[in-house]
Amino acid sequence: MNDTSNWAAFTAVMRRDLMVVMRRRSDVLNPLLFILMVVSLFPLAVGPGPDILGRIAAGVIWVAALLSALLGSERLFRDDFLDGTLEQLTLLPQPLPLLAGAKIVVHWLLSGLPLVILAPLCALLLKLPAEGWLTLMATLVVGTPILSAVTAIGAALTVSLGRGGALLSLLLLPLFIPLLIFATGAVEAALMGTAAWPQVLLLAGLSLLTLLLAPFAVAAAIRVSVN
Amino acid sequence: MWRWLHPYAKPEVVYHLLGRWQPWLSITAALTLGLGIVWGLVFAPADYQQGDSYRIIFVHVPTAMFSMSLYIALAIAAFVGRVWQLKMADWGLAAIAPVGLTFTFISLVTGAIWGKPMWGTWWEWDARLTSQLILFFLYVGVLALYHAFSDQRNGAKAAGILAMVGVINIPIIRYSVEWWNTLHQGATLTVFERPPMATSMLIPLLVSILGFGLLAGALIVQRMRNEILRQELRRPWVKHVLNQDRATELSKTEQA
Repeated sequence: MNDTSNWAAFTAVMRRDLMVVMRRRSDVLNPLLFILMVVSLFPLAVGPGPDILGRIAAGVIWVAALLSALLGSERLFRDDFLDGTLEQLTLLPQPLPLLAGAKIVVHWLLSGLPLVILAPLCALLLKLPAEGWLTLMATLVVGTPILSAVTAIGAALTVSLGRGGALLSLLLLPLFIPLLIFATGAVEAALMGTAAWPQVLLLAGLSLLTLLLAPFAVAAAIRVSVN
Repeated sequence: MWRWLHPYAKPEVVYHLLGRWQPWLSITAALTLGLGIVWGLVFAPADYQQGDSYRIIFVHVPTAMFSMSLYIALAIAAFVGRVWQLKMADWGLAAIAPVGLTFTFISLVTGAIWGKPMWGTWWEWDARLTSQLILFFLYVGVLALYHAFSDQRNGAKAAGILAMVGVINIPIIRYSVEWWNTLHQGATLTVFERPPMATSMLIPLLVSILGFGLLAGALIVQRMRNEILRQELRRPWVKHVLNQDRATELSKTEQA
């Protein structure tokens, strides 16, 4: 196979997945509304004082992001598995990790990117001090690809089970812990006035590593689920 | 190498081989573990600072040590199972995971019991405690995924992929948790930095570490044999083995 056909398959999978999702737009909006809802529950639960809210803001936004990634994970492979598309993908001459990568990219475009755009609103609601905003956005930009990639592994492993929900969170949440630690640590460092970029760079490195390895894990998981 | 290994790809051969090892492994495990525990709990001198409560390390340290190595063994079994498509490795994964989970659980519980009199709290978000807890979650995830599939072969493959993803994550989790802890609260707890141990305590500790290692081995061998029987239940050799066992049992009851 030459490069052009690989690239064509990559874009074709992306275009198709985007089109499928755009036919049912509520699927895109619901996880975002979920994040907004979770974020607005916290001031009600812990009190609206800016000192508490400002300190927990980054943690709350990141936990909400993790949960919403899990929430949106079903649509990654479920429909494709049920109607046989996934099986067709495994039969293509193009390498399956490449196609899995396309699916990860689409998942990020539909859940990670909107989250980055939504983040300022959440930060506003949680009264995050202004020094932390830029860092929060930066951690979300470099961190959400990890969310998409690892979620794809879990979703591919559980796609044939039919009842993935609770099991999926059991599998994936422990793997997200480093992400959570680095991201909230970066924002905290920014709030304390120290340099946040070491943590952001670490997160970026983790992100690259995950994006490099995850497609292969997803492909292996798809092959297990399909056969 | 392959010619030497080849006969061991046969479940029957492995079953009988493990059957030959098992009595010896179990007996030495029981003896070593008994020696280490009794020595540690009864005869080793009490600590001048912690009194008798330090004695829990004779259980805590070995289980904590093996909880991590068992996860790595699990991942290696998964890797062998994926690369060389050996079903025996997949069954090995199923045999190791519950033992590792139990060891992790014991180390968490004994750590909590020891923490109460020493630190005045059952749980502290200390780096080592936290990463042990995460390791526990990883084990739970692997086991849950393994049992979620109705087809055990697929379950083993899926759990194997998860175990490999987890083992890449373990060092990242370790370092991130350590870093998180030092960032947040500094060294409030330096209990782990004990002065070098006295020989009278170190030797029973080493003996019980060896004992727990042998115990893990014996348990895994027994679980592996059970798994082989369970997976191969319809094969004639299994029926033959089971009938033989039943026959010897019958003759025993007749003699009695």
